[in-house]
Amino acid sequence: MEAIALDALWVYLSGSPLVALSATLVCYLAASALFERSGRFALLNPVLVSVTLLVLLLRAAEIPYREYFDGAQFVHFLLGPATVALALPLYRELPVLRRHLMPIALSLLAGLVVTVASTLLIAQLAGLDEVVQRSIAAKSVTAPVAMGIAERIGGVPSLTAVFAILTGVFGAVVALPLLSLLKVRDDAAKGLAIGLVAHGIGTARALGISERAGAYSGLAMALSATLSAVALPFVVSAWLGPG
Amino acid sequence: MNMLRGFTALLGLQLAGEILSRLLSLPIPGPVIGLMLLLALLTLRPMLVPLVSRAGDALLAHLSLLFIPAGVGVLVHIDRLDGALFGVAMTLASSTLLGLAVTALTLQRLMRGRPTRHTRATDRTEA
Repeated sequence: MEAIALDALWVYLSGSPLVALSATLVCYLAASALFERSGRFALLNPVLVSVTLLVLLLRAAEIPYREYFDGAQFVHFLLGPATVALALPLYRELPVLRRHLMPIALSLLAGLVVTVASTLLIAQLAGLDEVVQRSIAAKSVTAPVAMGIAERIGGVPSLTAVFAILTGVFGAVVALPLLSLLKVRDDAAKGLAIGLVAHGIGTARALGISERAGAYSGLAMALSATLSAVALPFVVSAWLGPG
Repeated sequence: MNMLRGFTALLGLQLAGEILSRLLSLPIPGPVIGLMLLLALLTLRPMLVPLVSRAGDALLAHLSLLFIPAGVGVLVHIDRLDGALFGVAMTLASSTLLGLAVTALTLQRLMRGRPTRHTRATDRTEA
């Protein structure tokens, strides 16, 4: 009797988004509390910790990712309106931004060139397959744009999404320790750098520093996505041949 | 009410962005076009800021949360990389560190070396 009741309960729960959604929110709240308690220790980044917890949970309960995503997609969906909302910190920063237009444009360009050139060069030196090299080229670009670029340059879009998210998490974790080591104190410089290399996941981290850092990070993310979408196909076909 | 209006505005702008992106076959996704549209709109009509700020700031306060479902997908598929894992890790890590350093140091250097017309008067009062 009890086994049947449990079975019915399980059937109900696995067909509903409730479990995946609750698990995602609980893991995030726990990870955020841990991050704050630890004095914002970089390795305890909330995205990294929540994702690790959820992967362990899914493995333990033998729930396939697709089933989890059926529920968690309601959180995922909010990425769209949240990206639109990045116009708010940017708008508030506009007066300052206008005065520093040239330095910002030059730093973005320098950062973008170094990021793309070093990615292509190191990927080749590391002996990665050509398809992997093509898929990794857009790894610092926000995932939806990166996937579009990958498609046009002969990469594998789903692999590119993996690289983009890994890069975002890595960038969000290492950015502040590295930048304080380099004695970068200005929130504008921190934000611009984080958004350029670590797109949205970095911007989430930058918003935790200050609204100013978040504004520059969102700006860097949007501009580098736009520039990369236009320029990367040419750069990659010059470097690796047409895809 | 403002929360709901703001959320509707954000969704509407994303939708407008998606439509523009597809109609003009732009390589930029709808939400990023929506961002640009909202920025243009706020610049033209600053009185709209309170309308979107409650919903917008609430979403941005927990931006990290929104990346978790996609992040879980990555760790699930990471075995696909097999032997390439080390090379991939090297590439991702070193170019990210380089990009961070170059961007931040360039901006910090340029802003310090060239104080803007507006701040110069206040910054250098003691000189």
